[in-house]
Amino acid sequence: MARSGRGVPEINAGSMADIAFLLLIFFLVTTTMDIDTGIARKLPPMPDPNQEIDNSQLNKRNIFIVLVNQFDQLLVNENPMDISQLKDAAKQFIDNNGRDPSLSDSPDKAIVSLQNDRGTSYEMYIQIQNELTTAYRELRDDLSIKTYGTTYENLDNEQRKKVRKTYPQKISEAEPKNVGEDI
Amino acid sequence: MSKFKKKKGGSTPGISTASLPDIVFMLLFFFMVTTVMRETTLLVDVSMPKASEAQKIKRKNLVSYIYVGKPTKRLQSVYGNEPRIQLNDSFSEIDDLQEFIASEREARSEEEAKALINSIKADSDIKMGIITDIKQELRKSQSYKINYSTKRGDPTAGLN
Repeated sequence: MARSGRGVPEINAGSMADIAFLLLIFFLVTTTMDIDTGIARKLPPMPDPNQEIDNSQLNKRNIFIVLVNQFDQLLVNENPMDISQLKDAAKQFIDNNGRDPSLSDSPDKAIVSLQNDRGTSYEMYIQIQNELTTAYRELRDDLSIKTYGTTYENLDNEQRKKVRKTYPQKISEAEPKNVGEDI
Repeated sequence: MSKFKKKKGGSTPGISTASLPDIVFMLLFFFMVTTVMRETTLLVDVSMPKASEAQKIKRKNLVSYIYVGKPTKRLQSVYGNEPRIQLNDSFSEIDDLQEFIASEREARSEEEAKALINSIKADSDIKMGIITDIKQELRKSQSYKINYSTKRGDPTAGLN
């Protein structure tokens, strides 16, 4: 039996692996696997200078004031607090439902007000944001498990909307003030 | 019975490398697909804080990055060691931010420009003053979506 394609010699594929390896090593070296992770927030629009801020409908009990100074010390509703207690304090405040007269009326009225100093460290600020996010996430998870039997993350959009309506994440940040550097 | 014993004995046959290119190509394609080329060279040191609630940014093409931190060791003799802002490939002042946002918007379609996310990649050692300034500038340029870039992990591990 004679070989069929006598005139056309086969291309030697022996070095294919080498070429592929070369490319592979190139991509291995240049690749960066870092996925961007972070805490998402939405900034409020700039206040209108002509508009008077109407605080009349805001009840004092519905505001959870978190202050943090240039020494990274926390003051929560006028009480000094350690960062480790912040999450539970926030949860208690949000999920009060009118029981304790000093805490919020209902979760959808509760507002967390965060104010930091220019001298506060970024790390501390992120930790506070993280603790507050955790508080809201845990409350949402609890409700999701109670009503749908699964965590908030696994819900569909319609169900999420309902949970979000019960526990809207209202974290407000005060207009920046320069406290620490004036002294 | 002797049928089965026939092949035994003699030297062990060499492993076939015929499928090696296929395996390598598979790996190659995997890395080609997942690879993200580093777009900017960092001029500032950024070691991001950790947060347990960190979430992935889903649409990477909508993200504009703002780096904040001390200049790298090599550049400290020229630029000092005060925290600086880096936009694209150069050090910037806070006043450049509005222009930067405008150019980021221009580079995208109208739909995408609205959904632009500003990812603040800041070093954990810096003070909030500079972040507050950035946030004010972003509010002025009506770009409200921000993302504090963090690593996933236990946040209390780093703090004393």
